[in-house]
Amino acid sequence: MFFVLIFVSLIGYLIYYNVALSQDFINSPYNTRQDTFADRVVRGDIVSSEGEVLATTSVSEDGTETRVYPYSNMFAHVVGYDSNGKSGLESEANYSLLSSHSFFLEQIQNELQGDKNQGDTVVSSLSVTLQSAAYNALGSYNGAVVVMEPSTGRILAMVSKPDFDPNTISTEYSALVSDENNSSLLNRATNGAYPPGSTFKVVVALDYFRTYGSLEGFSYLCEGSITVDEHTISCYNGNVHGQEDLYSAFAYSCNCAFAEIGLSLGGDSLKDTAEDLLFNQSLPLTSYRTSTFSADSSSASALLMQTSIGQGDTLVSPMHMALITCAIANDGILMQPTLIDQVVSSDGDVVDTTEAEVYKRLMTSNEANVLGELMKDVVEYGTATGLSGRGYTVAGKTGSAEYDEQGSSHSWFIGYSNVDDPDLVVAVIAEGGGTGSQTAVPIAAAVFDAYYSSYSG
Amino acid sequence: MIHVIVELSKYVILTLMVVYTFHCFYVVSRNDDEERIDLLGQQLVLIFFMDFTAFLVIYLQTWDFQVIVFYLETMAYFAAVQILFRMIYKKASFLLLNNMCMLLSIGFIMLCRLDLTYATRQLMIAAGGSAVALIVPVLIEKMRFLNRLTWLYAGVGIALLGAVLIFARTSYGAKLSLFGIQPSELIKIVFIFFMASYLYKDVTFRKVVVATVVSALHVIILVCSSDLGSALIFFVAYLVLIYVATRNVGYLALGTGAGCAGAVAAYFLFSHVRQRVTAWKDPMAVYENEGYQIVQSLFAIGTGGWFGMGLCQGSPESIPIVKQDFIFSAICEELGGIFGICLILVCMSFFLMIVNIAIRIKNPFYKLIALGLGTEYATQVFLTVGGVTKFIPLTGVTLPLVSYGGTSVVCTILMLAIIQGLYILREDEDEEIERQRREARRRLRAEEEIRRRY
Repeated sequence: MFFVLIFVSLIGYLIYYNVALSQDFINSPYNTRQDTFADRVVRGDIVSSEGEVLATTSVSEDGTETRVYPYSNMFAHVVGYDSNGKSGLESEANYSLLSSHSFFLEQIQNELQGDKNQGDTVVSSLSVTLQSAAYNALGSYNGAVVVMEPSTGRILAMVSKPDFDPNTISTEYSALVSDENNSSLLNRATNGAYPPGSTFKVVVALDYFRTYGSLEGFSYLCEGSITVDEHTISCYNGNVHGQEDLYSAFAYSCNCAFAEIGLSLGGDSLKDTAEDLLFNQSLPLTSYRTSTFSADSSSASALLMQTSIGQGDTLVSPMHMALITCAIANDGILMQPTLIDQVVSSDGDVVDTTEAEVYKRLMTSNEANVLGELMKDVVEYGTATGLSGRGYTVAGKTGSAEYDEQGSSHSWFIGYSNVDDPDLVVAVIAEGGGTGSQTAVPIAAAVFDAYYSSYSG
Repeated sequence: MIHVIVELSKYVILTLMVVYTFHCFYVVSRNDDEERIDLLGQQLVLIFFMDFTAFLVIYLQTWDFQVIVFYLETMAYFAAVQILFRMIYKKASFLLLNNMCMLLSIGFIMLCRLDLTYATRQLMIAAGGSAVALIVPVLIEKMRFLNRLTWLYAGVGIALLGAVLIFARTSYGAKLSLFGIQPSELIKIVFIFFMASYLYKDVTFRKVVVATVVSALHVIILVCSSDLGSALIFFVAYLVLIYVATRNVGYLALGTGAGCAGAVAAYFLFSHVRQRVTAWKDPMAVYENEGYQIVQSLFAIGTGGWFGMGLCQGSPESIPIVKQDFIFSAICEELGGIFGICLILVCMSFFLMIVNIAIRIKNPFYKLIALGLGTEYATQVFLTVGGVTKFIPLTGVTLPLVSYGGTSVVCTILMLAIIQGLYILREDEDEEIERQRREARRRLRAEEEIRRRY
C-alpha cells in the first residue's frame, strides 16, 4: 500500500512540476533548447503597453531575418539584444518569443509549405511615453531612471546610460565590451552599485521608529558638524540647521542628526532593518546585483556615522531603491516586479497574462505611513520643493552620494506621486549630478509631468 | 512535410501508450479468462504499432538504414521471447511478460534515437539475458535446496561488493563496475535470497540482529563506494522483509528512525552526499557544478510539456548520462509528460502484479523472495523518477529495463524470470488445491450416493 502511495506521489509531483514549476525552468537563459525553436519559428515582437513595437524581426525575400529595434538606444538595456548572447526582455521572454500559438490550421499549412510560424508577441509593461520622458530628462548624464507602479509591481520605464544601439550590436560588440570606462552594456538600473547617499536615511528612520516606537521624542541641535572619536561629519555646504525634530532633520537631510541617530541605534540594529529591506538579500528580479550593507556592532563609530548618511561601505542599485520606495507607497507590501503584461499569439489571442502578486511585506502598514509622512515633508519644505505645486502630490527623498575625495557626488531621488493613492514610483540617479535637488529632482519631475499630462486627461 | 508526420506521430504514440496503460489495470479487473487472453493479445498489438510508428519516425529523420535493421531485430527478439515463453510456460503471467516487452520497447526506442550502437548492444544483452531467463522458472521449481544456501548468499554479496569498493575505478563520482559488470545489480537478487532463506522459518530476536548486521555491512560498503541509490534500495528491501517476517511494526519504526539517522550522519560524513542535497535544494544556484545535471533534466522535462517535442525534436543529449540515469527525462522531453505518467503507471502495474503474486504464494521462502524483489523494483523506480524530476535528491540509479545498462537489464530480466517461476509454482499450488477440493467433493458425493442407496 505504501508503495502505491509512492507511485501516486511521483505522478502527482510530475503533474505539479509541469503545471507550476516548469515555466521557471524553461524560461531560464541557461536553457539552450529554446534556440532550436528558431529553426521553425520567426521570433515574435516585443511591444510597449501602448502597443508600440519595441523589437521586431523583419524577414527579407531570401529568408534572412534581422532583429529591428525602432527606438534604437532608448530601450537598449531593458529590452536588450538578441545577438552576441541575449539580454533584457529578449533573454527573459525568449521562450515566449520563440513559441507559436497561432491558429493550428495555419501552423499545419505553414509546415506543409515549409514556412516558419510567427512567434508570440510579448506585451511589456513598459510605456514609451514614460521611457522617452525619463530618457530625455536624464540627458547627457550617465545613470539610471526606474519608474514603477507600486500597487502592481509593473515596471513602466527603465533607462540606463551610457547606452548603445541594439540594431548594430553585432558589429560594435567587441568595441563595447572592451570599453571599460563606459561599460555601456551594463544595465545600471539593476546592476549598478552606488552609495545610496541620503536616500539611505529612509532605512535609518525606519530603524529609529522600530527601536523607539515613535518619531516624536527626537530633538537635536545641529551646529553644522559633529565630531566623534576624531571623525567629523558635516552637513551639506556646512549648513547649520539649528534645533530640529526628526521630520525637519529628514526634510533638510541633516547629516549631523542622522550620524547621531546611527550611533545611538548601533550597527546590528541598522543591519537588521537594512536586511529586512533586502540589503544582502536576493531581489525578485532575473538579473540584478545584490546590494551590500556591511556595518555591524564591531564597526568603528566613524564607519557607523558614515553608514547612517548613506556613505561608508553600503552599495545599492537604483532598482533596489525603487523597490523599497514601492513598498513604502504600497502600505509596506512589495509586489513582485514584472516587465511582461501579456503574451499574445500572432492572431491576437491571449496566451498568458501576468497577474499582480505579492512578493513580500517589507514593513508594517504603520511603518510605511510614518516613512510616507517624512517623505511628504521633504517635498513640502525640504530638499525636494521643486516637486511641489505641480497639480499632483509627491513624497520623496533626495540624496547626494559622494564618490571621490574632491566631494563630487551622484544626484539621487526616490519618491512617489499622488501620496493618498500612489500612482507612480520613480528612482533616479545621475552620476556626478551634484545634489539631489539640483539634478535628480527635475528629472523625476519630468517623468511625473509626462505621466499626468498623458494619463490624467 | 516530415515535421507534420513527426507531430502527428507524437499523438499516435501517446494514444497507444495511454490505451496500453489502461489495459494493464483493466485486465486485472476482468475475471473471464477468455476476455483476459484477448486483452493481453491486444496489448501486444499496441506494442507492435508503437514500435512501428516510433522507429518509422526516427528513420524518416535520420535516413539511417541501420534504424530499420535494428527495428527488425527488435521485432524478432520480441517475437522469440513471446512465442518461446508462451510455449514453454503455459501458466506464466503474460501481463508481466507484456510489461517487460513494453518497458524494453520504450528503452530501445529512446536508445535508438540517442545512440544506435548503444541500442544494439542493449538488444544483444537483453536477448542473452532472456535466453538464460527461459530456464530460470524450471530451475526454481527443481532446485528446492535454494533456501538452504543462506551464508553462501551473504558471503558472495559482501565479498563482491567489497571487491568493487577496493578495486573499481571511480566513474561519475561512484565506484560501480568490475570488468564492465556492476556486481551491485546482481547482489540485489542474492541479498533478497539471503534475507528470505534466513528469515522464512522463524524469526527470533537474535536472527533479526544478525540480519541487521549483514544488511548493514552491505549498505555501508555501498555508501563508501558512493553508490547511494543501491544502498537505499538494499536498506528499504531489508526493512520491508524484516517487517513482513516479524509482523512487528516496532522494527519498522525503529528501522526507519535508524535510516533517517544514518542519512543525516552520511550527510555530514560524506561530501558526495552533501553535493546531492545542495543540488536538490537549489540547482540553479549551483548550475555550473553539481546542479548542472538536474537542471538540464528539468529543462528537458519542462520543455517537453504534456505532449513532448516529438522523437528527434528535442535535445536530450545535452543531459549528462542521459542513456542511463536520465532516460526518464529524455522520454518526457520527446514523448511528453503524459507518456511519462503512463510509464510510471506501467511500472506501478508491474509492481502490483509482483505483490499480487507474493500475496498468494503460501511457501514463506518464496513469498519473501517475491516481496523483496518487488520492493527493490519499486524503490528503484521511485529513486530514479523522483531524482530526475527533483522530487527527491538524485541518487543515480537506472530505470529498470528502460535505461541503458547491461547488468541492470540482465538482472531485471532474471528477477522477472524468478518471479515468473514463483507465479508458475503458485499456479501449480492452486491447481493442487483445486484438485484436492474436487476430489473431496467427489468423495462426498460418492458417500452421499452410497448413503442414499442404503
